[in-house]
Amino acid sequence: MSDDVQHHIAVYKKVAASLAVLTTLTVGVSYLDVAVPLAVTIALVIAATKGSLVVSFFMHLLEEKKPVPLSRGGIGLIIGSLLVTALFFLVIIFIPLMGHSDKVGTYFSLPNANAPTVETPAAH
Amino acid sequence: MSMDIPYIVDERPDTGLTNVKLGIWLFLASEVMLFGALFSSYVLLRLMAPEWPVGADVLNVPMGTFNTVVLIGSSVTMVFAYASLQMDNLAGFKKFMGATIGLSLLFMVVKGFEYNHEFEIGNFPWTSTYLAIYFTMTGLHALHIVGGVVVNAYFLGPGSKLWETNKTQFTNRIEAAGLYWHFVDLVWIFLFPVLYLL
Repeated sequence: MSDDVQHHIAVYKKVAASLAVLTTLTVGVSYLDVAVPLAVTIALVIAATKGSLVVSFFMHLLEEKKPVPLSRGGIGLIIGSLLVTALFFLVIIFIPLMGHSDKVGTYFSLPNANAPTVETPAAH
Repeated sequence: MSMDIPYIVDERPDTGLTNVKLGIWLFLASEVMLFGALFSSYVLLRLMAPEWPVGADVLNVPMGTFNTVVLIGSSVTMVFAYASLQMDNLAGFKKFMGATIGLSLLFMVVKGFEYNHEFEIGNFPWTSTYLAIYFTMTGLHALHIVGGVVVNAYFLGPGSKLWETNKTQFTNRIEAAGLYWHFVDLVWIFLFPVLYLL
């Protein structure tokens, strides 16, 4: 038991150091002059890395693999419910895309060779 | 006859978990959806906005960075508090739990200075869409910090009496409080770059 805890403590220290480095990195990178999509990607990749370190080691998710029911080789109730949560989280995060792609009420036309062309006055 | 809550000390045979641990994880799953809805709103508002400020132009990045380090530090002291109990060391637990609460309060003080500065220069939640979502998300996060401080302070103070009668049950409680606390840290890890840096 105690050896196990000692091992955990060594891991906690490494994770703490990694989180400090990644925090410095994310702030440092934000001062670079890069395009917005790239900046967003870099920031989210670093945040996701930090987040997975916290969840895996501080919250011990890597050790929560008890199968349910124990007699069968399942993934465990915690990981199972988190997978369902992750699915719905993705749905909720992508809801703005529906708003973005919703064209009801907006005029648009497809290219059509037979359609009469609208005369545009020549610019002077 | 006392009505004890089942499986808070020993694992339930069919789940392989204590009800404490399963309960807190299910609660955290609901919290993921709560904050997820707000992150989704953020994306929607930002995509639809005609203009959106760079967070660093409005907010104080050094203060935000300092608070990120403080909150991660409080997560580290929290795992050490839990590890102390596993090593049968109540004094160590009290030291690290005290540090966790101290760091949490420091986070709130810095946040208070940040809010105060925004109000002084006339930046209110109704000033712009960016500030509206900033105050909503950081405000909800701050409420979570307050809740965590109350629970952690209880476990540091009167709640620690349970250690004398049932060490395993107390350790399980601290594990659950720790899981919640790391989640609050996790939310901030995403809030910080999204609101301050992008």
